[in-house]
Amino acid sequence: MLRYLASRAVQSVLLLIGVSLITFLLLYVMPADPARQIAGRSATVETVETIRRQLGLDQPLHVQYGRYLAALAQGDLGRSYAQKTEVTEIVASRLPATLLLMVSAIACELAIGLSIGVLAAVRRDSKLDATAMVASFVAVSTPQFVAAMLMLYVFAVQFDWFPIGGYGTFRHLVLPALTLGILGSGWYSRMMRSSMIDVLTQDYIRTARAKGAPERRVLAVHALRNAFLPVIAMIGIDVGLFMSGAVVVESVFGWPGIGQLAWQAIQQVDIPIIMGVTLVAAVAIILGNLLADVVAPFVDPRIKLRQAP
Amino acid sequence: MKRRIILAALAAALTMPAAMPVHAEEGSAGGSIVVTYKDDIVTLDPAIGYDWVNWSMIKSIFSRLMDYKPGTSELVPSLAESYDISKDGKTYTFKLRKGVKFHNGREVVAQDVKYSIERTNNAKTESPGAGFYDMIAGIEAFKAGKAKEIKGVKVLDPYTVQFTLSRPDATFLHVIALNFSSVVPKEAVDKAGKDFGKKPVGSGAFSVAEWKLGQQLVFKKNPDYFMPGVPKVDQITFQVGLEPMTAILKVEKGEADVAGDGIPPAKFLEVRNNPKYAGMIVEGGQLHTGYITLNVQMKPLNDVRVRQAINHAINKDRIVKIINNRAVPANQPLPPSMPGYDNAFQGYAYDQAKARELLKEAGLEKGFKTTLYVFNVDPNPRIAQAIQQDLKEVGIEVALKNLAQANVIAAGGKPKTAPMIWSGGMAWIADFPDPSNFYGPILGCAGAVSGGWNWSWYCNKALDARATEADAMSDPAMAGQRADAWKTVFTDVMKDAPWAPVFNEQRFTFRSKRLGGSDALYVDPVRIPINYDHIFVKG
Repeated sequence: MLRYLASRAVQSVLLLIGVSLITFLLLYVMPADPARQIAGRSATVETVETIRRQLGLDQPLHVQYGRYLAALAQGDLGRSYAQKTEVTEIVASRLPATLLLMVSAIACELAIGLSIGVLAAVRRDSKLDATAMVASFVAVSTPQFVAAMLMLYVFAVQFDWFPIGGYGTFRHLVLPALTLGILGSGWYSRMMRSSMIDVLTQDYIRTARAKGAPERRVLAVHALRNAFLPVIAMIGIDVGLFMSGAVVVESVFGWPGIGQLAWQAIQQVDIPIIMGVTLVAAVAIILGNLLADVVAPFVDPRIKLRQAP
Repeated sequence: MKRRIILAALAAALTMPAAMPVHAEEGSAGGSIVVTYKDDIVTLDPAIGYDWVNWSMIKSIFSRLMDYKPGTSELVPSLAESYDISKDGKTYTFKLRKGVKFHNGREVVAQDVKYSIERTNNAKTESPGAGFYDMIAGIEAFKAGKAKEIKGVKVLDPYTVQFTLSRPDATFLHVIALNFSSVVPKEAVDKAGKDFGKKPVGSGAFSVAEWKLGQQLVFKKNPDYFMPGVPKVDQITFQVGLEPMTAILKVEKGEADVAGDGIPPAKFLEVRNNPKYAGMIVEGGQLHTGYITLNVQMKPLNDVRVRQAINHAINKDRIVKIINNRAVPANQPLPPSMPGYDNAFQGYAYDQAKARELLKEAGLEKGFKTTLYVFNVDPNPRIAQAIQQDLKEVGIEVALKNLAQANVIAAGGKPKTAPMIWSGGMAWIADFPDPSNFYGPILGCAGAVSGGWNWSWYCNKALDARATEADAMSDPAMAGQRADAWKTVFTDVMKDAPWAPVFNEQRFTFRSKRLGGSDALYVDPVRIPINYDHIFVKG
C-alpha cells in the first residue's frame, strides 16, 4: 500500500509539472499583454515597459518558467498581477465555499441518483424505470445555465423561499447545491441502474435468494455493495471537477468558489491566478482519483492495489 | 505677484451641504446599504486601482487636495482649504485644512501629499497613473531614479505644499483630483507593503471595516471626516460575484440597494418598461464616446476619402436603436457633456450615395475588403454586424474578428495589424472631465506608438501643437477661450476622419426606492457608478 502510494505520488508530481508547463506555454503564446492590461488606458509606453520589467515579463520564456517553478517548490504561487495579493491567499479564500458546495452537491447527487438508479433497476422495464431514465436523460442534458436560472427564478424570486444568490448561510447553499445535485444525479442514476442490473444477474445473488435471504437483504447487502464500485470512481472524478469550479452555477448564484475566480482571472489575463487555479484543480483531480482507487479495495476485497509497472 | 483665487463661496457650499441643489431633498443620516458587483474588488490602493468598480470606492476611502462638487464635474478644493496659482501658471500653492485625520488617527500634513505623489510616480509602485504627472518639474529625473525626490513638489510648512510645473498646464488641478493623487500615510503603506490595497488607510468619508476576499467588503462611516454631515449612511456592504440580472432581482426584492454593474444590455427594455421598476432607474450622460478607429497607415484606409466614405456609410440611428436607445448618435470625438463639445458641428451625415461617390473618387468603386476587430461581449458583436451591413451597402466587405478584450487591445497597439476596431467595451471613458484627456493618448502622436492607445495611428503634428497650446491656458479666466481652442482641434481632427464616431453612451443606475438624494448623485460624472458619500436612506 505504501509503495503504491509512493509511486502514485511521484507520478502526480511529474503530472503537475507537465500541467504547469502546458498552462504556462499556452498563456505565453496568448497575444494579450498582461502589462498593458494592468497599466490601463492612460499609461504611457514607458509605464507599460516599467511594469513589464517589474513583473519579469521581459525575460525569455525559460527564465520566466524557471523562476515560477523555483518559487512553486517553496509553495509560492506568486502575486496576482491585478490585485497584488498573494495567489495562495486568494485561492485559499475561495476554498471553503468551493469545498462546501462540492460536498453538498455530491451528497445531493448521490441521494437522488442512487435511489432512482436502484429503484429503476429493481423495477426494470416498468413505467417507473422508463420515466426515471427519461428524467435522468433530461437532467444530464439540461444546460447548467438554464437549470440554475430556473431554480433561482422559481424558488428565490417567485416563492421567495431562498435568498437571490450570495453566500454565508445554509439558505444560500440550498439552491446551488440542489441545481448541481439534480443535474449530476442523472449520471449516477444511469450508472447505478446498469451496474445494479448487472449485479442482480450474478450467481451470488441467485445463491443468496436461493438460500432464502429476504429480498431487502439481498438488495441492500449483497447487490448494493458490489454495484457501488463504479460509483466510487465517479465520485473521485466529480471531486476533481467540482474543485476546478462549477463556473456557471457559481456565477448565477453568486457563489464565491474557485470557478468564479478562474473566470475573472482569465478575463483580466491575471496569469499567476490562472496558473494557481489550474494547479489546484490538477491536484484535486489527482487526489480525487487516488482517493477513489484507495477506497475501492475496502469496498471490494477482490481489488488489490499494485505498483504501476 | 500671485493672485488669490476666492473660494469662500465654494467653501461655504461645502460646509453647508443643505444649500446645494444636490441636496434639495434632505434625509436623516444613518442606515446601511448594500451594493452588488459581478467582479471582485481587486484593490483599494489609490495608486493602483483603475477600474470602475474600485474607482468610486477609492474616492470615498481617501481624500485629495482637489475634488469635484458632488454630482457635477466642477472642481473644488477638498483636503486643500484654498490654493494660489502664480501668474505664469507654473506654480500652484495649496493650503491644507488643519486637523484632518487619517483613519489611524494621525493628522494629515503637507509631507503626506508629497510622499503620495512620489509614491504614485515611483517605478516600484507600478502605478497605471504615473503617466499623468509629466507636467511637474523634475518628474523625469525622479521616475528614472536619478533623483530621490520630485524637485517640483515642495513642503513649505506642515500645512502648505507647492507644486512647480515645467509648463503651464490647465489640466493640473484635474490631475491633483485624480485617485492617483490621493493622500496616503507613509507608515501604513510601509507596514502593509504590497498588501496596502487590501488594508487601505486614508482620510476619506469611509474606512474599511471588513473584507472577505471574493465575498464582501464593508465600509463604515469615518466619524472624524472633515466635511460635516458626510457621509450620510453609516455602512455600505459591497457584495461581489453577482451577475447583473441577479443583482436587479435582489434590488427588487429589497436584498440590495444598488446594482453596481447596471442593467444588462440584453434585458434593458424589459427592465425599463416594467412598471414595477418605475422610479428605480436613474439616467445620465457619461464622458464616453463609442467609435470606429480607421488605421491611417493601412491601405486603402490611408486615403482620407475612404475614411470619409466610411463615416458617411454608417447609420448611427439604427445602431442606437439596436442597443435599445441607451445612447445618442455622435458626430465628433468629444461627448456632449464635455467642455469644448461643438453643438453646431454637423460631422458626416448618413448618406450612402455620398459614400459611394467618395469611394469612386478614391478609385475604389468596386469596393474593397477589410477587417473590423470587436470585443466579443454583447452588445458589441451586434453593433459590429450593423456596421458590417452598412458598409456592405457601399461595397466594402468587412470581416469581423470577435476577440477577448485583451486581444483587441493588443491588436490595436500593434502597427499595421487592425484596419478597423470598434471601441465598444474598452472605449474611452474620460479619467477626468477635460477635453485634453480625449486627445493625447487616443488621437495624438504620443499614442500612435507600439503598445499605445491611438489605434488609428493618426499623427497630426500641427494639431498636436494646438493641443499643447490649449493646455497651456491654465488661467481659470481663460477657460472659455481654452474650450474654444479644443473645440476646433476636435472638429479639425474630423476633417481627416481617423475615427467614425458612432454614439455617446448614456448611464443607467438601478437603485432601490428607499435610497434618497438628488438623481445627479446616482450618475455622478466622476464617481462611477454613484457618489457613496452623499446619498442617504430615506427616513
